Amino acid sequence: MSTEVGTRRTVTPAVTAPASSVRKKSPYPYWFCLPAAVIFFVFFVVPTFSSFFFSLTRWDLTDWEFIGLDNFIQFFQEPALVMSLKNTLIYAVVTCGLKVVLGILLAQLLTSQIIARGLLRSVAFFPVLVSTIGVGLTFQVLMDPSNGVINHALALIGIDGPAWLVDPRTALLSVALVDVWKGVGLATVIFIAGIVSIPREYFEASSVDGASAFRRFWHIVLPLSKPAITTVIILSLIGGLRSFDLIWAMTRGGPGFTSDVIASVIYKQYQAGFYGLSTAGNVVLFLLVTAIVFPLYGFFTRREVDL
Amino acid sequence: MRTGRHVWLGLLGIVLFAVVFLVPFAFILFTAAKTQTEAGELQFSLPTTWTLLQNLGDALRARDYMLVIAFINSTVLTVASVAILVVLSAMVAYVVQRRESRWNGVINFLVLSGLIIPPAVVPTVWVLQELGLFKTLGGLILIEVAFGLSFCVLLFRAFVATIPRDLDEAAIIDGAGPVRLFFKVIFPLLKSVIVTVVIVQSVVIFNDFANPLYFLPGDENATVQLTVFNFQSQFNTQYNLLFADILLITIPPLLLYLFLNKRIVEGMTAGAVKG
Repeated sequence: MSTEVGTRRTVTPAVTAPASSVRKKSPYPYWFCLPAAVIFFVFFVVPTFSSFFFSLTRWDLTDWEFIGLDNFIQFFQEPALVMSLKNTLIYAVVTCGLKVVLGILLAQLLTSQIIARGLLRSVAFFPVLVSTIGVGLTFQVLMDPSNGVINHALALIGIDGPAWLVDPRTALLSVALVDVWKGVGLATVIFIAGIVSIPREYFEASSVDGASAFRRFWHIVLPLSKPAITTVIILSLIGGLRSFDLIWAMTRGGPGFTSDVIASVIYKQYQAGFYGLSTAGNVVLFLLVTAIVFPLYGFFTRREVDL
Repeated sequence: MRTGRHVWLGLLGIVLFAVVFLVPFAFILFTAAKTQTEAGELQFSLPTTWTLLQNLGDALRARDYMLVIAFINSTVLTVASVAILVVLSAMVAYVVQRRESRWNGVINFLVLSGLIIPPAVVPTVWVLQELGLFKTLGGLILIEVAFGLSFCVLLFRAFVATIPRDLDEAAIIDGAGPVRLFFKVIFPLLKSVIVTVVIVQSVVIFNDFANPLYFLPGDENATVQLTVFNFQSQFNTQYNLLFADILLITIPPLLLYLFLNKRIVEGMTAGAVKG
């Protein structure tokens, strides 16, 4: 974010020459943008705009019939679909919150003077790069209620483990936990980048004043990591609201519809041939993401300027 | 005493990290090396007899070499998408960074939208079908390019800003046209950020599951992420082959990570911070 502002200031006046000069061909022609613009327009902008129209229709990809808001009415009358909306919010908030809290604690640990620091950083980040589907299926096996490794381990220390993905009450949260396992590495490296950029003088001054490790964390690291926290919150909210792969791999929205999110509903309705309803789901997701992320983005960037 | 505490903390960290982050991967490896019955017990234990190579072979041969075909498809998809992405987004970033105009606001907005807005599934299928590109690898490549552009433009723009304009001017005085200026002078200077973009996008596209599922259905077109799924339903009890498959598709990102660890972390955080 900061670089953008910086670059705009460094524009030399030579390029934005006054219009009175002979209209020379710019060395930076706009047609350079054309191929990318065409692809972006055809495969992203057109579908996004047409989704608003098609969500108001019943269609089979060739013919459409305008039915007004019927798809949306159906969406909000079907309990399973309303639940997916609620689940999407729960999933996004839980994964986002845990990634921020665990990420900053891990970053704090991995920036202190401990042995094997580099190795631990690498290990924590690796799951970010692994196939989501592979992770989902692996944890599906690890979380098996009776034979799974996790419940066996819990039994060893005397805990009767939950049924994880099989229990309607815990299915969604179990998937969210695996999401955190896979994604916390990215949050951690973002926080590490933030923490190492804090000037050393702050820490030196605080140790002269005899501040404890906790106070140092609370009064120096936390406030000065605000930009990193912003980034992690926005990134993980976007990811959480759109999440599909992991849920599909682990539960397919089940048991019943108890772990369905909007993204999985969109796919299920598409598979079932309800294209209009599926597209209405897309519009709901679009509205949800923009209603949450854009204001948040504005709010945080304004706050940063105040600092 | 101070160092003592840090060693102790480090050791605790290592044990905790090993349990939380490494056990799942060890589980994948061990299960992939077990016989079918032993794998079916789902236990975390060393295989009594190692049949890893045989399992990997079986997984590759299953369903008429479906996984081999999927690896070819995924490789073509990844290489083509990333190559197009690099060239096109570098061109956009270069012009946008160098040229101040009223278009920049629009382009910034589009880039941000591309990062935030979830793509509409069925309307995209509709567009692909109208163009005759649905269920084709070419169509999926264009989709990956469209969805990846925003991220790449951001990374490139930040880097182009660090290349001094004097260089452009010198090349222009020497008589270089826009195309020569970009491809002969600027593009080679982008090498380090190109490496970052290539690595990050390769991992993202190779691991992509949703887009191939939506836009390239069909067994003959399967990409590697989809084979795992087909395996799961077909080999409902053959966990050893399922995990052999997971192991095989985990190896490419693991190799990249072992050699280019720093670059990947850099690229992902840089992209993240700018998004």
